Amino acid sequence: MHFADGELPEDYLKYTHRKVIWILGGIGVLFLLLILSISVGAVSIPPYEVFMTLIGQNVTDKWDRIIWNIRLPQALAAIICGAGLAVAGVAMQSILRNPLASPFTLGISNAGAFGAAVAIIFLGTGRMTSTTAGAVIINNPYLTTISAFVFCMLATIAIIAIAKIKASSPEVVILAGVALSSLFTAGVMFLQYFSDDAQLAAVVHWTFGDVGRAGWSEVIFMGIIVIIACIYFIANRWNYNAMDAGDETAKGLGVNVERLRNVGMIVAALVTAVLVSFLGVIGFVGLVCPHMTRRIIGDEQRYLIPGSIVMGGVLLLASDTVARLIVAPYVLPVAILTAFMGAPIFIYLLLRGYHR
Amino acid sequence: MILNVDELKFMYRNKGILDEIAFSINEGEIVAILGPNGVGKTTLLKCLNRILVPKQGVVSVCGDMIDSLELMEIARRIGYVPQRVETGRLTGFDAVLLGRRPHIGWDVSEKDLRIVESAFRTFGINHLRLHYIDEMSGGELQMIAIARAFVQEPKILLLDEPTSALDLKNQIEILHRINSIVEEHNIAVVMTMHDLNTALRYADRFILLKDQSIHICGDRSVITADEIEAVYGVPVMIGELAGVTCVIPQCLCNGNGKKKKIPTDEEGSTYVRNS
Repeated sequence: MHFADGELPEDYLKYTHRKVIWILGGIGVLFLLLILSISVGAVSIPPYEVFMTLIGQNVTDKWDRIIWNIRLPQALAAIICGAGLAVAGVAMQSILRNPLASPFTLGISNAGAFGAAVAIIFLGTGRMTSTTAGAVIINNPYLTTISAFVFCMLATIAIIAIAKIKASSPEVVILAGVALSSLFTAGVMFLQYFSDDAQLAAVVHWTFGDVGRAGWSEVIFMGIIVIIACIYFIANRWNYNAMDAGDETAKGLGVNVERLRNVGMIVAALVTAVLVSFLGVIGFVGLVCPHMTRRIIGDEQRYLIPGSIVMGGVLLLASDTVARLIVAPYVLPVAILTAFMGAPIFIYLLLRGYHR
Repeated sequence: MILNVDELKFMYRNKGILDEIAFSINEGEIVAILGPNGVGKTTLLKCLNRILVPKQGVVSVCGDMIDSLELMEIARRIGYVPQRVETGRLTGFDAVLLGRRPHIGWDVSEKDLRIVESAFRTFGINHLRLHYIDEMSGGELQMIAIARAFVQEPKILLLDEPTSALDLKNQIEILHRINSIVEEHNIAVVMTMHDLNTALRYADRFILLKDQSIHICGDRSVITADEIEAVYGVPVMIGELAGVTCVIPQCLCNGNGKKKKIPTDEEGSTYVRNS
């Protein structure tokens, strides 16, 4: 042993404990927010009764139905979607060594939207029956998901290839993302032009990302995928730390950088594809959450990845709660709110420069 | 013999970079790889721990062929410090702790923390522990990178231009630390260098690269004015200053230190041998 006689570094442990406390605090906030989010709405339910219902006490049958059938799945969908997009964003930022990378800015979300539109129109997997919320019926969610996933993967492969060719330039990757976004948006418009009314309504309604359209089976499916992805990225936190120190350093530390990049991008794209195909395009969460977390607890991936996951859940759940209330009695799809919120933050990041 | 290289050949696309490289290194040796820019010094270094995969040839570490080892196992035996490291919003302690990666299972243990703590004291950079590395100077960052490679506890350390970003004091400090740790722990160091004087002062053996292969290899006695001119294409003078060997390019100055008009030879090179 070269250095066997060291002491435990008290000051460093204190520094890392502070980060752990931030993350635990975030989980606490998330829980309180969950109760608050369920308690507010067209029918308000006192938070205490919400809590009692959630731990299995039957307060009244009516509240039971509202909570278990409507509000809880929507709140959980918001948390899962926020967490999934945030973890995909933080991984993409590290993989592409680019602070502006996220599922949305790289065009992957829009590619998924195009894939879903293809499935809805050509494969007939969805149509719209009436104009009330939740009227979009995706008959075959798995086929829609698969189609969205295929196009997400195509966009991902294009991004990886471009990043490889022009590795040193962050602008190129983002501009390529802009190009892919417009390409797929154009594709969606093309499909819409030739679709019938019901399909058109389904596609348009579908692209407003909304966490309210998820039922329990979608929530469980998304939950499983997002949890697997979170476990994968957390398990690889040391490898991402190594990659952040530079490819050569990472290779010197025994990390298989190419494999880590490719598998990481595929997992991030898979999460994006599943979320996009069930909930529609929800922008900027994957970009903004990692940066808010970086500001609070730094770039160290051991804390950044879990921190971003919690931050994503908190941010999207809060946004969805606000979206449900802001123009009550109408319910705004959350994607509209995140775009309003995210765009200024994105511009701020551009102005502040590319330093992470 | 801790590292052995035989018949190593490396091509980049169809361009030959290294050919028929063969040498071996023993415990406790500091070896300097010298040669002009673009001759393949860094490439050679990267072939030694399989960051680059050679076209043909054998590299063996502690008796095992390197292509039979897992990447993590290679990292436990060979540490590598590149010319350039990326920074981020993390502390010096985090950055050095990363060097324990090849030994970490699911999470860091107390032992890892103790080793890193002790490395900070050994390198005399205790004050950098909780500084963010994106606010550090080039020299401080280099210290962190070298400390990171040391906590990897390798048998062999590969350093790519360890001193090129450092001022005089930091150069000496880092090389002294490397020297004492090599002596104490009997590891081997292979480093690429530009500064011949620093190399002559701290290295035990030298590998001079020229035209894709080893021009000459051996101890201090192989470094002569003729060999340096053959490798770098520059006439030099070698002398002793208070018992220390020094290499300086043959001067284009006249006796009183004023520059002469720089002459050129028929090929347009500004360097002309003094007659």
